[in-house]
Amino acid sequence: MNTIKISWKSIWAKPLSTALSVLLIAFGTAILTILILASHQIEQKLNNNSKDIDLVVGAKGSPLQLILSSIYYIDFPTGNIPLKDAQEIMHNPFVKRAVPLALGDNYNGARIVGTDSNFVALYGLKLQEGKFWQADLEATIGANVALNHHLKVGSTFYGAHGLTENKDQHKEHAYKVTGILSEQGNVTDNLILTNVASIWAMHEEGESEKSIGPETDTQLTPQTPAKSNEDRELTSILIQYRSPMSVVMFPRMVNQGTNLQSASPAMESTRLFSLIGVGVDTLQWFAALIMLIAAISVFINLYNSLKERSYDLAIMRILGASRGKLFVIVILEGLILTIVGTLLGLCLGHFALQLIGSYQESSQAKLTGKILLSQEAYLLVAGLAIGIFAAIIPAIQAYRANISKILAKN
Amino acid sequence: MISIKGVQHQYAQQQPIRFKDWQISDGEKWLLLGESGSGKTTLLHILTGILKPAQGEVEINGTAIYQLSAKKLDQFRGQQIGIIFQKPHLIKSLTINENLLLAQSFAHLPVDQQRIDEVLESLGIMAKKDFYPATLSQGQLQRVSIARALINKPALLIADEPTSSLDDKNAAAVLQLLMQLSDLNQATLIVTTHDKRVKDAFTHTYELI
Repeated sequence: MNTIKISWKSIWAKPLSTALSVLLIAFGTAILTILILASHQIEQKLNNNSKDIDLVVGAKGSPLQLILSSIYYIDFPTGNIPLKDAQEIMHNPFVKRAVPLALGDNYNGARIVGTDSNFVALYGLKLQEGKFWQADLEATIGANVALNHHLKVGSTFYGAHGLTENKDQHKEHAYKVTGILSEQGNVTDNLILTNVASIWAMHEEGESEKSIGPETDTQLTPQTPAKSNEDRELTSILIQYRSPMSVVMFPRMVNQGTNLQSASPAMESTRLFSLIGVGVDTLQWFAALIMLIAAISVFINLYNSLKERSYDLAIMRILGASRGKLFVIVILEGLILTIVGTLLGLCLGHFALQLIGSYQESSQAKLTGKILLSQEAYLLVAGLAIGIFAAIIPAIQAYRANISKILAKN
Repeated sequence: MISIKGVQHQYAQQQPIRFKDWQISDGEKWLLLGESGSGKTTLLHILTGILKPAQGEVEINGTAIYQLSAKKLDQFRGQQIGIIFQKPHLIKSLTINENLLLAQSFAHLPVDQQRIDEVLESLGIMAKKDFYPATLSQGQLQRVSIARALINKPALLIADEPTSSLDDKNAAAVLQLLMQLSDLNQATLIVTTHDKRVKDAFTHTYELI
């Protein structure tokens, strides 16, 4: 009979209070696991997508909204900017690379982005099949788009007005897939890339026939059907600086000197994360509280069972078990409870996050439970520590028990 | 050979209890008699090595047990002394077989399933081997506790009031079993009791005053 088996059987001789302790620990661990996994993934996604972008210039409005729509493709764009103003910015000497973006259409929820080859260079995009778009109405699609919508090189599809719905289709022009990107692990997996002129073409002709609701007005919709370059518009521009000097000068120049606004992805991401962070902190405290209650529950469980079992332990001593052996038996009971609870909690956390991810609508911010992080090892260590902490007092009592006294009582 | 010499014990703020010297040869059967409060349990605990006397020496088979380290003493007790209590006191979370395995492993002896089967067989409780203590009758449990005391072939078998909670028929049966088994296992037997039914079976008595 090894010691682990003795402890194991002794715990499960009281299934209800054992189950309660295990569940409490599992619940606390699961919440912490979800927090760790989710905040890691969100942070990683934020950083991955804004990695090489120093500044975003777009229409006035909320800077956070501008960042969300132009870098993460989750919110609506702030509005449009005149092409003329945009070109001035793009040719500014502070700017090393400028990527124009024209947004406003989607295909079954995948956003169609009108841009140029700078976009490819900025994100370092690679193809798994076909070639990049060149002519109007040619499209290169992200890996996930190809997978989810069963598009292949040569397939055609109709873009629809808006960002998520597929109601208001541009039936006049069909896009043709010329290439599929290899998986990038960032937002471009979920995008359809084409040239800016295609977006313009869609809306110039559609405009006369369709009325556009106020809701969708914020997207790329020229107010009057015009074909001259002067009246054309873009949604925003992604900018890389030429030198660190620009960090100070350029945003101020844009915000004060023009009718546009600039937003820094780094700053806005930090702001966004600090907003989410409040919730994460609260949940963390909540989980810590549950863990504390779990530790107390394990302690009470062991302490009570020790009182009931004092005679059992005395008998074990009679049979030749040393004081140290009893100490180990009780500590092991605490450890088994918390290890089982922690492992269960880790599984539960991963499973729950996978479930949350499968219910998420936005494909850009999808969370997954199918990753393992090194931080999870800390949860296991914390579980062990709680087990020892909760068991140490009962274990010392078992160690010190005066068996002659216990036996004389009966 | 078991001997106690000049043993005296004192509980806090009480008169010290003196025990007269006692020599037991191998294989003898002794009755330990005494009124309650006369120090019967105290002497028994001293003999089993769980209560260190204030003075005096206890020797079992040439080993002065209170000169052993705590851990060695625990091991010595597990291997050399079998104890049967008034109530069976088995570990409730373990089966009968596991309770006996426990006795072997706590005494640092190798697992010997054959010996367990042999002892269970001789006590007629083989059928209950894989049952939990809660499912056995009081008489069956008492037999299991005898099995547990004998499993490691101890040199000294101590039974503390083994018959006091049993009726005449069972008391006689248990007594006979103890006699038989201690012969069979070549163990020295000490039985404490205030039960008059038991007295006649013993030739050696140690009486506490």
